[in-house]
Amino acid sequence: MPLNFSTYLNKDVEAAPLAVFRIFFGLMMLGSIIRFWAYGWIEKLYLEPAFHFSYYGFEWVKPIGSLTYVLFVICALAAVGIALGYKYRTSVLFFFLSFTYIELMDKTTYLNHYYFISALSFLLFFLPVNAYFSLDARKNPKIAFQRIPRWTVDSVKLLLGVVYFYAGIAKLNSDWLIEAMPLKIWLPSKFDIPLIGDLMGKEWIHYGFSWGGALYDLAIPFLLLFAKTRYLGFFLVVFFHVVTRVLFPIGMFPYIMIVSALIFFDPKLHHKILGFLSRWFKINKAKYDNGKVLEYGTTFTQRLKHTILVIFFGVQLLFPWRYLLYPGELFWTEEGYRFSWRVMLMEKSGYAQFKIVNKETGKWFYVDNRDFLTPFQEKQMSFQPDFIVEYAHFLKDHFEEDGHKNLAVYVECFVALNGRLSQPYIDPNVDLTQERDSFKHKTWILPFKDEIKGI
Amino acid sequence: MRKKWYVLFIAALAIWACSSDGSSDNPPTDDDMGGGDDMIPVTFDRGAMLTNWADNIIIPSYKAFQSELSELQQAYNTFTADKTEENLTNFRVAWLDAHTAWQWVSMFEIGPAESAGYRLNMNTYPADTDLIDSFLTTGTFDLSLPANRDAKGFGALDYLLNGLDANDTDLLERWTNGTDAANTEDFINAILSDMMSLTDDVVGQWEGSYRNTFVSNDGSSATASVDRFVNDFIFYYEKFLRAGKMGIPLGVFSNSLLPQNLEAFHKGDVSKALFLEGLSAVQDFFNGKHFGSATTGESLASYLDDLNTVKDGEDLTKLINDQINEARDLVGELGTFREEIENNDPPTNMLLAYDQVQAVVPLLKVDMVSTMSISIDFVDADGD
Repeated sequence: MPLNFSTYLNKDVEAAPLAVFRIFFGLMMLGSIIRFWAYGWIEKLYLEPAFHFSYYGFEWVKPIGSLTYVLFVICALAAVGIALGYKYRTSVLFFFLSFTYIELMDKTTYLNHYYFISALSFLLFFLPVNAYFSLDARKNPKIAFQRIPRWTVDSVKLLLGVVYFYAGIAKLNSDWLIEAMPLKIWLPSKFDIPLIGDLMGKEWIHYGFSWGGALYDLAIPFLLLFAKTRYLGFFLVVFFHVVTRVLFPIGMFPYIMIVSALIFFDPKLHHKILGFLSRWFKINKAKYDNGKVLEYGTTFTQRLKHTILVIFFGVQLLFPWRYLLYPGELFWTEEGYRFSWRVMLMEKSGYAQFKIVNKETGKWFYVDNRDFLTPFQEKQMSFQPDFIVEYAHFLKDHFEEDGHKNLAVYVECFVALNGRLSQPYIDPNVDLTQERDSFKHKTWILPFKDEIKGI
Repeated sequence: MRKKWYVLFIAALAIWACSSDGSSDNPPTDDDMGGGDDMIPVTFDRGAMLTNWADNIIIPSYKAFQSELSELQQAYNTFTADKTEENLTNFRVAWLDAHTAWQWVSMFEIGPAESAGYRLNMNTYPADTDLIDSFLTTGTFDLSLPANRDAKGFGALDYLLNGLDANDTDLLERWTNGTDAANTEDFINAILSDMMSLTDDVVGQWEGSYRNTFVSNDGSSATASVDRFVNDFIFYYEKFLRAGKMGIPLGVFSNSLLPQNLEAFHKGDVSKALFLEGLSAVQDFFNGKHFGSATTGESLASYLDDLNTVKDGEDLTKLINDQINEARDLVGELGTFREEIENNDPPTNMLLAYDQVQAVVPLLKVDMVSTMSISIDFVDADGD
């Protein structure tokens, strides 16, 4: 069977899997936002801190006072719109923009799964997710289709596959496989979990979880892809994510991944789920089973869409490898660490004491980080070079406003990585106000005194 | 196949529904921690450590402090009944004894102490001498107001005993026949009874139900006793011991020497001794040493040793103890803090000693916390 790209593009499949995906995705996002709000995290993370850490190039994205709540409301309404398939394009666009804006406000809260949501909602914007079982399709039968191009469903599977597979590749290093780090540190502290708590101190469990986790991540896209192994794959998805949910504070991510994995199943299942919803909400499902096939032409917009998605996936596949362009140990420098599906790979913590020096008089004093940062911000700042340099510039500006002049900012910083003893992290003789965050290698990070082999 | 799928989905939903956000509320407690079984615990028993902390360190330290306080009150009663120079001297000795004993309880700012704002109410310094002077003149004051925290407690007693007059003859004259003598007596009685009632409340709660609350919250999450207390412990070391007793007067946070910010500044020659007392209290707590005895029990040190048998890394317990000893040696070689700061600019020797005190912080805050996987705050994280 020769693989032919243009014939592949013309293949079609049932639209139901994508509709189910859309509904669950919207509901999950709504739940996430409500949960975030209910925990008081909007105040705690975005309104209370006096200072926010920005992503390089996105310094203009800041919390907007009490309007930040409006941002969350927009995001929640857009999530509802997605679930219902109501004005779908607009909903998903607003969702993508508001969600991404929220994530860009402060990189202290960076989580891979937030990035996943942004990437996924970007992708969903280009897919005919409202063609089936949606308010849009009900109102406008012209855009209602029972079948849609196969690539549209496959592209969601591809993104999920990339997330898992790259997360697996990232685990192929000596700390994870040979030392069972950081699980050897994390698991023993989970002694209080019912039933399995007593096992968490056992070394074989640490190795079992490390190797099992790596194999799971690498294998799961393929297990889900093939019908024969799909049930096994899904069972593992549920098992793995429930275990991680019980062990680690990773919020909604496990549920999102469990529900997302449903898209790999045969459409019969999705029809069943939708049938169930139809009975529940008295929806006439038959109306959507119109046998119509959505066919994209070869118009300019279609070709533009294809180009954008090819670039999108190209970036997804290549971006995680950018760390190869930097010298030094990735886990140590974190240059090229984010946006690469490196999840739960490091137990890293640091301590940073900033020294403000008057360059003329030589007089100096230390900064109490608590005056400016929340405990969470201080924790994250203490072991990430881009945070450290950004904070140093903030300190210089702050104290110069107070009337100090000609200030240099130095830091004494110690970082411990995966159970190694803490060691000096940043060159204490470098005036950080003379350095800028950039994509260039940061020469003022002191070398890592050990070696982590692997990818 | 279909049936299987349903079972799977329902199981997933059930687990989802049952698993709460473990870190947001108190986790269920372990089964009993009676160590009588011949089973060797596979993981370190945090419950045993909490028990040791509460029963052998925290409560005995509090009770010792409480009795020093009542001796202070008695010494004052003796003095007011018979205002002699000897009784004044005894009152001052009792003040210093109580202030010294305070160094062994100041770090326990959790539970009842935390909700009472115990540390700030007992020992805020420098004392606001102007405010105290106005209290003495007018005779009206309300020590329960937060704004008056720097006009009561040990700091105020230091000023009253050591800052009003250059010698005891004058002070005795002031307190016997001075214009403010009656107001002063009222004020000192108010200070002492404020300190006593705060302390009685804290000790009473520890001896009552809080001890069990503390010990039974033996899980691991941002709200579990161990995680919370380790955070408080490190906070105490950084903010109150390192910065408060040494760094701030030394000017390392402000660019200028602030000897007047020393603890017991008016007494002048005990700030170093009080610091060293606090350092010993921290070290003994770390090592789980029972109060007033050489016996040790489960502690942060033994916890680190236990974790190290799994991790097989550096001997952190030794590194931390060595660093604290190094700090103690260097501080011990100094003159009184007041002399060091007032006679040297910059006070190089004290700055060097401070660096050793400082060097303990990363060991506690980075190495120990990361080895124990102590949570600092409840937020989602994927370990980046």
